[in-house]
Amino acid sequence: MNNKYLLKFDWYTFLVYFALVSIGLVNVYSTGHTLEENMLSLNHTFGKQLFFALLSIGLIFFIQFPKVKIYERYSSVFYLIIIALLLGLFVFGKEVSGAQSWYSFGGFSFQPAEFAKVVTALALTKHLSEINTDLTKISDQLTSFLLIFLPALIILPQPDPGSTVVFLSFLLVLHTEKLPSQFLLSFVGLIVLFIITLLLDKTLSTAIVLVMGLVYIFGLDRKKRRKRLLSIILTIAMASAFVQSVDFVFENVFEQRHRDRFNIVLGREVDTQGIGYNINQSQIAIGSGGILGKGFLEGTQTKGNFIPEQQTDYIFTTVGEEWGFVGSVLVVILYVTLMLRILITSGRQKNSFSRIYCYSVVCLLFAHFSINLGMVLGLLPTIGIPLPYLSYGGSNLLAFSLLLGIYLKFDANRVNEW
Amino acid sequence: MRKNLLYILIIGSGIIFLVRLLSLQVLSSDYDDQSLQNSVLREYIYPERGFIYDRNGTLIVENQATYDLMIVPRQLQQFDTLEFCKLLKINKNNLVEKVQKARSYSTRKPSVFLAQLSKSDYAVLQEKLWKYRGFYVQKRAVRKYNTASASNVLGYISEVNRFDIRKDPYYQSGELIGRQGIEKTYEKTLRGVKGVRYLQRDKFNRVIGPYQKGELDTLPTKAQDLYLTIDIALQEYGQKLLQNKRGGIVAIEPKTGEILVNVSTPTYAPDLLVGRSRSKNFNVLKNDTINRPLFDRGLQGQYPPGSPFKLVNALVALHEEAITPRFRVLCNEGHYYGRTDFMKCHCNYGTKNRLNSGIYNSCNTYFATIYRRTIDRFDDPKKGMNIWSNHIKSFGMGNYLGYDHPTGQKGFIPNSDYYDYWYPKQRWGATTSLSNSIGQGEVLTTPIQLANMVATIANRGYFYKPHFVKKIQKDSLAEKYRTPNYTTIDSIHFEPVIEGMSNVVKWGTARVARVPGVEVCGKTGTVENFTKIDGEKVQLTDHSMFVAFAPRENPKIAVAVFVENGYWGGRWAAPIASLVIEKYLTENVRRTWLENRMLNGSLLDEYQKPLSGKPFEINE
Repeated sequence: MNNKYLLKFDWYTFLVYFALVSIGLVNVYSTGHTLEENMLSLNHTFGKQLFFALLSIGLIFFIQFPKVKIYERYSSVFYLIIIALLLGLFVFGKEVSGAQSWYSFGGFSFQPAEFAKVVTALALTKHLSEINTDLTKISDQLTSFLLIFLPALIILPQPDPGSTVVFLSFLLVLHTEKLPSQFLLSFVGLIVLFIITLLLDKTLSTAIVLVMGLVYIFGLDRKKRRKRLLSIILTIAMASAFVQSVDFVFENVFEQRHRDRFNIVLGREVDTQGIGYNINQSQIAIGSGGILGKGFLEGTQTKGNFIPEQQTDYIFTTVGEEWGFVGSVLVVILYVTLMLRILITSGRQKNSFSRIYCYSVVCLLFAHFSINLGMVLGLLPTIGIPLPYLSYGGSNLLAFSLLLGIYLKFDANRVNEW
Repeated sequence: MRKNLLYILIIGSGIIFLVRLLSLQVLSSDYDDQSLQNSVLREYIYPERGFIYDRNGTLIVENQATYDLMIVPRQLQQFDTLEFCKLLKINKNNLVEKVQKARSYSTRKPSVFLAQLSKSDYAVLQEKLWKYRGFYVQKRAVRKYNTASASNVLGYISEVNRFDIRKDPYYQSGELIGRQGIEKTYEKTLRGVKGVRYLQRDKFNRVIGPYQKGELDTLPTKAQDLYLTIDIALQEYGQKLLQNKRGGIVAIEPKTGEILVNVSTPTYAPDLLVGRSRSKNFNVLKNDTINRPLFDRGLQGQYPPGSPFKLVNALVALHEEAITPRFRVLCNEGHYYGRTDFMKCHCNYGTKNRLNSGIYNSCNTYFATIYRRTIDRFDDPKKGMNIWSNHIKSFGMGNYLGYDHPTGQKGFIPNSDYYDYWYPKQRWGATTSLSNSIGQGEVLTTPIQLANMVATIANRGYFYKPHFVKKIQKDSLAEKYRTPNYTTIDSIHFEPVIEGMSNVVKWGTARVARVPGVEVCGKTGTVENFTKIDGEKVQLTDHSMFVAFAPRENPKIAVAVFVENGYWGGRWAAPIASLVIEKYLTENVRRTWLENRMLNGSLLDEYQKPLSGKPFEINE
């Protein structure tokens, strides 16, 4: 790295990243605060998180040294390695709170699923950036879906449904890279139909589908109607069949805890002691923070350990309680700034690999950001995924630092010879 | 550009989250309370309730420790229920029921399993308590009474109910409040102010440290002790004299308005309302509608005052110059005040009474005559009636006296409006209300009002509002108890009346009330009274009534005694009053024959008469 490189390095992005990691450290400190133990000890959550934060920042700078080309060239190798690691979990994995998602050595655990997100991003980017890839072709569509869903399906039974859901965000990358809109539309449509059916009942939903379909058919002029009639009727039929199956899937395929989570968010059940405890406690913590918050180490809900998983998935509740509206808004703005910044800089990339990689980074961050905050703020069903850079957890922090580090390398290298 | 979708998603979700945060943190205020509720524990430090002493510094009311057996249902383990029930003297159904109740309140929070174990029960239990996980014992202070008397004055304390909590947010469920008597009036003095410690707790309800470093914590304010005006020895003596009789004794120190004695019988021992059987006992007392032990006859009993009321009528007549002490009335075993209306009197045929003999003979004719002269002096009887009414009221009758006890009655002194209401068409005059002249008819007074009336006469024209508290440990006594209230009667008129009262005891209707070495001034009363049996008005045996003060010069004590259905005043009330006076002024009673007669005398048979359902004779 020379001076010229340092100038091109995107210090703004790095500063936002640094700010988020620091905020994460402060809040992990607060949730784990005790007077009995040494906070800096590696046996302590804060000590560990500090160690991984320093390691992550070191990693980001370390990534800037190797040639930029290797990430593209070895992406398929990385991909195969990570698939092997994920499969290996079924044999060697250590079980932590019901999920067999960790390799354990010494005092540290390593969660390959987090790194799988980065590697899949690289592999997918490589596939999409190849000159003859065309997402309107079925073969390329299939290859892309395979790349995405292979790791996702291996992770799902571990069980780690949260990470699996995150892989769905790659659909957005595909969509941005000219995947026909029907895919995203039908995906969104299915979700909407699912929720409508749960809220109303299946006969009513079927009626809605039929009416909307008929209105659409009669809205078209005669020529178009004749041409599209068959596909529209097929769509309506499939949608109706889906609606009919919703109850069956909900009652028989979903487990009780999944049903409960949906019921709580949809307001079909109110239970602040049992299944709704998490969501209720997290809203109390955030809500009681007020405008300015209760102050560092002064959060009563945080101190009393009322919120389960507070340092990992529910870290934002500490921000909300101790730093109030001001602190919460700052975190949201930092996240939005980070994602927008990467999205904007995607436009100045000279080659499609780094451009598509930007999209992948944005989509992964967006999935985590929206699902995590949506859950913590009570807008989405509970899906356990961490808030990158803030949540406690070495693998997650390292993986997302790696993700961002590679982006920073590409971006700083944008004018150099490829 | 498909990229725009990403911009929309990012900015859109950012905005949704900001709005959600705004509504959660800025616009909604519910969460503050919820947060305090589940994470902050308020621990109260209660100051010990103040002691109560009598006027001589004798400790009457103190505190004793009792032990509440507490239960935390979650911590329960299997245990030997048979032994446990035996220890606590409960049966198994009871045990199951209580555990269910505690569980339905909370499984983690302690609740009271068995309240107020006695010291001996606790001693047995304590040794075995280790066997029963989930149970522990909490110490609590309750009242301890060193007297079996004065329960009507002291009142009692009990747990606050939801009305108390709504009225005064100071109180929390389970705390104690003065419910009646002095305990109620001086609740804040006796209670002090509890201190609060705010503690941070965790999700398991364990305390993990102070909340906000203890900045909000407050220290308790010590409770204050009270010194009553009651002489507890005299009170106990009075109660003994009234045993097996219904009635009351109210004694006041005229110079100060301090209430020396307020006995009401039948009564109850104050410690009945302490401990485990409190509510059982309370229901028994409350439901006893025949003896009405919770009814304070001295303060709440409204009776026609009878002959003692003649004293104030005489004072009013003198002040209004309707008569002079020399004014003379002829009595022929009574007199006609209308063509067919005759008022009886026990004077012999042809007796001529002046003020003095009118009082000591208690001549109805004399007082009827001077009453007529008072009311009918003007063309309009309304004017006379209102002047009379206002004079009487200036003695503290016809309204609450303003003492520091929550119970009481107004009594009744009519004025012209009252008679206008009942006789709107016809002309009414003094003869319409002639019974008032001898303390019958419309007038009603409570014994404490009569005692206050005598104290006023003893003071020759003023009184201090009667009160029960002599001294508070730190605070000073209310101003209203330290300023004299003057009557509308000139003080010059009192001496002739007092002369008459003195003669009542010397050779009048109450010679039995003579106390060796003390000049007692008094007035007897024999009060006609009625009740309803099966909707029919039935006359009962007269109430025995006596008011007195002593000594004549520099009076130390003014007493009003009444004994329900005791017949004439000299029979029960006058002896009892004189014994109380003797005991108070000379400290030992030499007339033991009289004392024994009072102690052994019983009117229980008399009280059975109207309940028996058979015809009965009165005034036997």
